[in-house]
Amino acid sequence: MSAVYLQQFINGLTIGSVYALIALGYTMVYGVLEMINFAHGDVYMVGSFLGLFVLGLMGPLAGSIGGGVAVALSAAILGAMAGCALLGVGIERLAYRPVRGTSRLGPLIAALGVSLFLQNAAMLIVGTRPKAFPALVEKQLYHVGGAVFTNLQVLILGASLGLMLVLDQFVRRTRWGRAMRAVAQDAEVAGFMGVEVNTVVMLTFLIGSVLAAGAGIMVGLYYGIVDFFMGYIAGLKAFTAAVLGGIGNLRGAMLGGLLLGLAESFGAGFIGAQWRDVIAFAVLITVLVFRPGGLLGEQLPEKV
Amino acid sequence: VAGPIASGLSTASRTALLGLLLIGLVGFGLVADEYLLDIGVLVGIYTILGLGLSIVIGQAGLLDLGYIAFYAIGAYWTALLSTHFGVSFWILLPTSAAIAALFGVVLGYPTLRLRGDYLAIVTLGFGEIIRITLNNWRGLTNGPMGIMAIPHPAVRVPGLGALEFGLKVQLYYFFVLVLAVLTVFVVWRLVHSRIGLAWKAIREDELAAGAMGVDVRRAKLLAFGLGAAFAGLAGSFFAGRAGFVSPESFTFAESVLVVCIVVIGGAGSLAGVILGAIVFIALPELLREAARYRMLVFGLAMVTLALVRPQGLLGRVWVGEEHDEPQTDEAGVVSGLPSQV
Repeated sequence: MSAVYLQQFINGLTIGSVYALIALGYTMVYGVLEMINFAHGDVYMVGSFLGLFVLGLMGPLAGSIGGGVAVALSAAILGAMAGCALLGVGIERLAYRPVRGTSRLGPLIAALGVSLFLQNAAMLIVGTRPKAFPALVEKQLYHVGGAVFTNLQVLILGASLGLMLVLDQFVRRTRWGRAMRAVAQDAEVAGFMGVEVNTVVMLTFLIGSVLAAGAGIMVGLYYGIVDFFMGYIAGLKAFTAAVLGGIGNLRGAMLGGLLLGLAESFGAGFIGAQWRDVIAFAVLITVLVFRPGGLLGEQLPEKV
Repeated sequence: VAGPIASGLSTASRTALLGLLLIGLVGFGLVADEYLLDIGVLVGIYTILGLGLSIVIGQAGLLDLGYIAFYAIGAYWTALLSTHFGVSFWILLPTSAAIAALFGVVLGYPTLRLRGDYLAIVTLGFGEIIRITLNNWRGLTNGPMGIMAIPHPAVRVPGLGALEFGLKVQLYYFFVLVLAVLTVFVVWRLVHSRIGLAWKAIREDELAAGAMGVDVRRAKLLAFGLGAAFAGLAGSFFAGRAGFVSPESFTFAESVLVVCIVVIGGAGSLAGVILGAIVFIALPELLREAARYRMLVFGLAMVTLALVRPQGLLGRVWVGEEHDEPQTDEAGVVSGLPSQV
């Protein structure tokens, strides 16, 4: 029986680390702008498809240049990250910046609109049917105590944790990281102190989108299938993860992602896989109602 | 139904305008073909939904992204009780509204303390939970297959025979017209009552409203409950009209559609909501070939509107600015989006 728990633990950790990567994008943007970037999940979806597109281009080339899989995969990752970075920054510049600070609903409506647009543009371009994502990484199985995990799971977990570590150190130790923290604390005062607020916001969207692109490729490899709607549910889950950890808090988003992945994996195991999404939303509602600040967030009363 | 369009008019000419509009709508019902009437019925349903949601978003300033769940609850309540127990549609119509209102209060209660965007996410999650439950709880709801053969409404007068609605589109058109007019009237009265003022106060500044003696909890719960009641009503009508319900009709996209109708028309403006329903339901139906691009265009329209006219098509210009003049026009209609908290 304990082998089953171990298996669910491993699976939950894998998908949780992907949630955490996407959650970072939500939490960073919320930290800096206090807005929910509804389109973030769709940026992740675009990342998946960009990766698929680059792989399609590389297909004929990969054999001739040697290195094969590693080269193709690196190109896909880089291409997807670059494309999403551009997309994320573009969205911020065109749709969010003009409505920044006008009202609470304004940016939210703009974000919903962008999400709807991206989803439907993707649907018109790639069609409604799911697309197969090539299984680039040759599968190896490891058996530990009755549970099975693959090299791909190790890779996903390792890469996500690596990216999170880099981000964590970036925000804590670099000049730009300090600027981001300053803007998150008080954008106006940070501006007075000489911080380029607009550049910091751009950087925030850029980093979030790059992480989302990475997550998009990982999920493509993991499930072997991508579709235009994948960003909606993954985005909601990731947002849940961000809220669970305490929105605006980077380490919280990482913790929240992993915990949500585990909760889903165990919950699906006990109640039934078709209730997977309900578990995530139930977690979200419970957290918001009983601990709106999240696990690691500050429990502040509303600002007057 | 006065928005800023009619704000310059006197009460008499406004009444005349409303009368003309009503005569026009009745005339349309008498002459239009089935295809147009069908679109009319849809516009009617979404007008009711939009008006209900405008209480929650436009009046109280609470962004509800799971509103369609209440529509689903009304539809399934009607479908289940009529197919399993043969309960009359005329009992189910009002009770659908009541059940939906109950759910609205149940959802509203734990979310009272949440701020705007958190509330949006929680309501979204609630909407998804309802939809997934309808999908998965096969024993009750028949899952994705939905519930078929829901009896159509019928009026039986002893001694005079019965009026079966069946598949007669014209009857449904007049039925939904009555419901919509009723909704307009009730929402109009609500907006101009004490509770309407309380909602506006909360929308503008919750803390200040509370400090001035507005019972914020009660007002918010009323907004949730009343808003949901109209969705339940529309859902019940939908079930009786279509004779079939399935979870597919109650997706997040539908919630977004209703939010679009409310926001684009101008949150807080009743005429704007009706205009929104016409723009978002009738236009895409009439431009069938463009149906593939419908949601794409919605997305673009939402972004554009947020940028260009954040107060909506019929809202007044004041978003985000400091203003000394009250944002109330002659009729006392306050419109536009809630300002920053």
